[in-house]
Amino acid sequence: MSNPPDPRRFGFETRMVHAGHIPDAVTGARAVPIYQTTSFVFDDAEQAAQLFELKQYGNIYTRISNPTTAVFEERLASLEGATGAVATASGMAAQLVTFLTLLQPGDEVVASSQLYGGSITQLVHTLKKFNLPVRFVNPSRLDEWEAAITPKTRALYGETIGNPRGAILDLERIAALAASHGIPLIVDNTMATPALCRPIEHGATLIVHSATKFIGGHGTALGGALLDSGKFDFSRYPTVAAPSPAYHDLRFYDTFGHYAFLMKARAETVRDTGACLSPFNSFLLIQGLETLSLRMERQTGSALRVAQFLESHAAVAWVAYAGLPSHPDHALAQKYLPKGAGAVFSFGLKKRAGEDARATGRKFIEGLQLFSHLANIGDVRSLVIHPASTTHQQLTDEELAKGGVGAELIRLSIGLENVEDLLWDLDQALLALSR
Amino acid sequence: MGPGPGVACAVTLNSALTPGQQKLYQDPLVIQRLLRDTRTIAIVGLSTDPQRASWFVASYLKKAGYRIIPVNPKATEILGEKAYPNLASIPGPVDLVDVFRPAAEATGIARDAVAIKAKSLWLQLKLVNLEAAELATRAGLTVVLDRCVKMEHGRYFGGLHFAGMNTEIVTARKAKLA
Repeated sequence: MSNPPDPRRFGFETRMVHAGHIPDAVTGARAVPIYQTTSFVFDDAEQAAQLFELKQYGNIYTRISNPTTAVFEERLASLEGATGAVATASGMAAQLVTFLTLLQPGDEVVASSQLYGGSITQLVHTLKKFNLPVRFVNPSRLDEWEAAITPKTRALYGETIGNPRGAILDLERIAALAASHGIPLIVDNTMATPALCRPIEHGATLIVHSATKFIGGHGTALGGALLDSGKFDFSRYPTVAAPSPAYHDLRFYDTFGHYAFLMKARAETVRDTGACLSPFNSFLLIQGLETLSLRMERQTGSALRVAQFLESHAAVAWVAYAGLPSHPDHALAQKYLPKGAGAVFSFGLKKRAGEDARATGRKFIEGLQLFSHLANIGDVRSLVIHPASTTHQQLTDEELAKGGVGAELIRLSIGLENVEDLLWDLDQALLALSR
Repeated sequence: MGPGPGVACAVTLNSALTPGQQKLYQDPLVIQRLLRDTRTIAIVGLSTDPQRASWFVASYLKKAGYRIIPVNPKATEILGEKAYPNLASIPGPVDLVDVFRPAAEATGIARDAVAIKAKSLWLQLKLVNLEAAELATRAGLTVVLDRCVKMEHGRYFGGLHFAGMNTEIVTARKAKLA
């Protein structure tokens, strides 16, 4: 037998535009076609039966799988170095599907306290309805993570770049802690995207994304995804390994091996919750993936410029951007995010004598010309928000403080505008505060 | 649907094999050639229980057009095919011997596979037996370890992609009609 040369492992940018899509054998369509259909015709009755029993791969109904969505899923899996992906209607859906697939009532989760406000709400209030208690810890304190783990703890959860103060998860140490307890580390990689950090390479087990943000990139489509490293032993997780009553006692882990968790998430959790992604949104998110590294490089570079500018501005009290040496996690950012610490960060306005911090924040936002005031991140346009009065307003004061959100905190998501224009806009809005 | 003539990389999985052993026993080009050239697959340890992994693989391979031969001393017929108690009792030629028995039994199965002049030996996912692999390789058989025939077929020629899985196939060439 002759030894053929090793197949080339294509680079990240190549996979951004090619992975998961082979031009169709009949039409040769180069762009990914939008399969805007609810359902798919069977070959025959036997194939139909085998599809429903998961004995064949194929499409039945778009709530479970769809050829356009499959391209999005495989492409994202390729970029994250995952074994596969399941797309969902939103990032919140991806997170919930992950927990509902992995956990059973009574199981506990230990989570970083520095999460997106909506995630905290879901973990605290919605998971409680499923009897899934969550303990929150300061993500920078390994001892807190360790102390919070009990024999009932079945998952650790954190964000690569925490919201909104930019805490960087020490992936390798937390992954090692999770591994020593035989539990998975779940990482929300929304803020970094695989262009800046691939947590699986640092030991993470499961990845969740809000694709609505940088992956889509253009503020046009909601979507999410969960991904599996394929490296975790689920044999101790009855939710994945035990016979499934929904599939004639099929043992997913025995049968599908490293695909078991994702098969279970798709065939049971997404099927039963209906949290599927629409094919048209998949198409829009695929368009986003095709330019992901270019946007992340530019937006992250601009974010550093803006953060440096604000840090030296007289009207600014502090800037929390892990790309700056002043950030407590700067060294971790250099380790895990060598290409940049993302394009989202927060800063605090200086307290003005005789003025409420909330009023100062409102005045600043209303003075901006180019930054869009809205509740999103990761758009090609620069965005601004005052979390205390919007995204985090449902949190109690205690939760707010624990999450590091003060009333003076302004969050920016830096877009693709000319960076000098962004500096001009911030400067004029800051100067207007003293008028 | 097929991948066309494009490049397929090895998938990063939690194989128990070292990188060197993966090169020997999990080479994507070898696996693709094997799946293309194989016609008859003897499945050692094929269960009579339709919810077992071996039954999933066998029913999939049969639907994909391979001739499957169940090897199970406790069965007479599985999936409409006559079952044999061991490899030696199969009357015709066998291309691929696919193993669903514990790894420790693989050495004996490998000897039987050599004796019936099978062309290749495949130990399913999580099954590693290097003695069996070396024995079969020395006798000229192609050997695959710690991989699933169904997953690999689904990756290169079937619908694994539709399940959102990472096939690691990257190509700008048009797919071939099945």
